[in-house]
Amino acid sequence: MDNLLEINNVIKRYGDYTALNDVSVHIPKGSVFGLLGPNGAGKTSLIRIINQITMPDSGEIILDGEKLSPHHIEQIGYLPEERGLYKTMKVGEQALYLAQLKGMSRSDAKKKLKYWFEKFDIGDWWNKKLEELSKGMAQKVQFIVTVLHQPKLLIFDEPFSGFDPINAQLIAKEILQLRDEGSTIIFSTHRMESVEEMCDYIALIHKSNKILDGKLNDIKKQYRTNVFEVGLQTENSREVKEQLSQNFEVSPANFKSLHDGLKLNVKLKNSNSTRDLLSFLNSKGEVNHFVELVPSANDIFIQTINKTN
Amino acid sequence: MSKLKLIIQREFIARVKNKSFIIMTFLSPLLMIGMGVLIAFLTKKNESKIKEIAYVDSSELFSKKDFKDTKTIKYVDYTKLGLDETKKKVEEGKHFGVLYLPKIDSLEVLAESVEFFSKETPGLSLMTNLEGTVNRKLRNLKMKELGMDEQKIKASKISSDISFLNFSGEKTSKLVNRLKTLTGMVAGILLMMFVMLHGTSVMRSIIEEKTSRIVEIIVSSVKPFQLMMGKIIGNGSAGILQLLMWGVLLFVFSIIASSVFGVDTGAMQNSNISAEQLEVAKSIGVSKVQLMISEIYKLPLLKLLLLFIFYFIGGFMLYSSLFAAIGAAVDNEADSQQFMTPVMMPLMLGLYVGMFTVVNDAHGPIAVFFSHFPLTSPIVMLMRIPFGVAWWEILISMLLLVLTFVLIIWFAAKIYRVGILMYGKKPTYKDLWKWIRYSS
Repeated sequence: MDNLLEINNVIKRYGDYTALNDVSVHIPKGSVFGLLGPNGAGKTSLIRIINQITMPDSGEIILDGEKLSPHHIEQIGYLPEERGLYKTMKVGEQALYLAQLKGMSRSDAKKKLKYWFEKFDIGDWWNKKLEELSKGMAQKVQFIVTVLHQPKLLIFDEPFSGFDPINAQLIAKEILQLRDEGSTIIFSTHRMESVEEMCDYIALIHKSNKILDGKLNDIKKQYRTNVFEVGLQTENSREVKEQLSQNFEVSPANFKSLHDGLKLNVKLKNSNSTRDLLSFLNSKGEVNHFVELVPSANDIFIQTINKTN
Repeated sequence: MSKLKLIIQREFIARVKNKSFIIMTFLSPLLMIGMGVLIAFLTKKNESKIKEIAYVDSSELFSKKDFKDTKTIKYVDYTKLGLDETKKKVEEGKHFGVLYLPKIDSLEVLAESVEFFSKETPGLSLMTNLEGTVNRKLRNLKMKELGMDEQKIKASKISSDISFLNFSGEKTSKLVNRLKTLTGMVAGILLMMFVMLHGTSVMRSIIEEKTSRIVEIIVSSVKPFQLMMGKIIGNGSAGILQLLMWGVLLFVFSIIASSVFGVDTGAMQNSNISAEQLEVAKSIGVSKVQLMISEIYKLPLLKLLLLFIFYFIGGFMLYSSLFAAIGAAVDNEADSQQFMTPVMMPLMLGLYVGMFTVVNDAHGPIAVFFSHFPLTSPIVMLMRIPFGVAWWEILISMLLLVLTFVLIIWFAAKIYRVGILMYGKKPTYKDLWKWIRYSS
């Protein structure tokens, strides 16, 4: 697999405090990479190092085959968690300024800004001062400024905070489209529902250490519990339940369903397969609910962190 | 376009477009001229009001010619009316006050017993005039008593005019000396004002970037050091523009004011000096005035100007990088106070040393020390230079200033780099020291 960004053995200390302890992360080209971890884990420290705002004490960072150096700034787009814009400056003017700081020419920046402003339907904001806009509106401008120079690597730190659900949806769609167009995306968050939706890969950072990383699906398989939620329409539920517990681990379940009837969590034992369970259930009544309980990213997150604690 | 240039441009435009900046630029010279016109107007009004002073001379020692009228004081003889009647007249408001000289033979006792009655408390200049008038007469009488005659007394009045020269043959006269002091003082105060106005605006601009949370976006595109320098240069150039505007506007407004109000503002500003100047001119003769003008031209004007520019820029850069570090360290302006005080102190000290020490002893140890000490040298050296400072001294002072500037900007950049990304915590001096020791 071709990696766009390779972070190898990065250590960063602030005085006596170690913010990153020998962290290595590889980010495949064209993926959405979720950088997860509780508050204060070291995510922002790592992101600031990738953005060359701070330098690591040791370790190396390779961007697209080259050692990370100042000229790469133009190939990275960064939307920080703590973000804002100049309050008294006009929207268009400051978008142009920020684009030029990323190395774009004024005319090129103007052309591309026009495109994005039209796409987001905010063309008439150009001459408004930022203080006249709402927070969500300002976030749209910020998103545009982040992606305008078409960077290879995009870094979003908690991108959905401050967005209403409609705009969050819009931004999520744009992020996925950018990935499809070839950008690689680092997505830092502690909100797990967006991870499920967006990320192809994840790395979990906790207390300055990386404790888990890989393809999201692979990790989920690892954390698979072989538990199925089962809903069964049957006359003699007590009997079925007893028979089931001879071969499987059974516990009561609670899920929403249109049907009454038996609701159970069934855990497969080593000897049996999904097929065994289904055929047994089929023989006893009408199955109206059958779902594998796949651990959510949230579960994995909490489990892993509890394990390390 | 280079990033530094972009930042300077933005900072400059943001500052110049700022409403309070625009108002300050136009209002300040207007206020200055307005004050000048007002003072001139009031002075004129004051002068036109003549105070009539009645005197009752029971001692019979004074004659009419001992009481000399001035522009604002007119003496009237009421000896015949007597003290009580005259007092009544004063109370009725016919005269400002009455000077009473009682009948006492001993001059010493008389000198202690002269009285002045008035409804309003007399001003300082009137008091001086009255005491002077009485003193002069009594002194002359005493001298006569001691056996000196009037001719001799008149002949004994000598006014000295020492020529002060240094070894390169430059002459120093009192007027030129005063001019040198003035030049230095104006330069020093100008620098101090400039640092306070625009150094703090660098700080404010940084705090604004922190509170609006744009700073992390910016430093992901440019180096923090570039951002800091861009701010200092951008705000500094806006300040220089303002200074130039003030110069032009002062000139324009004073022309307008003098044509509209008919007040010669130029003469008014110098009114305190010009009286003395005239006296000096009278006493030394016209040829000497010409000599003095040529001396003024002999002042190293070009050297002064160049050094002024150097110390002005050096001083501003030094202080505004300190202000930049403060701005980066704190979250809001209120928190900046604790760090501002130690920065402002050397600035104040410089002005204090300049005004009180350099004027009296331009080459004394205190003046020499503070004109080399980099935090005060921009002000103190600027004040010393008109009095003639050896070139090597200037060179050492300039070198020290540049070295300190490099050192401070290095420290400031470290604090800045860490501080701009720190939110929510009011740092202590210990924190700042920790930040300086962080590796990049």
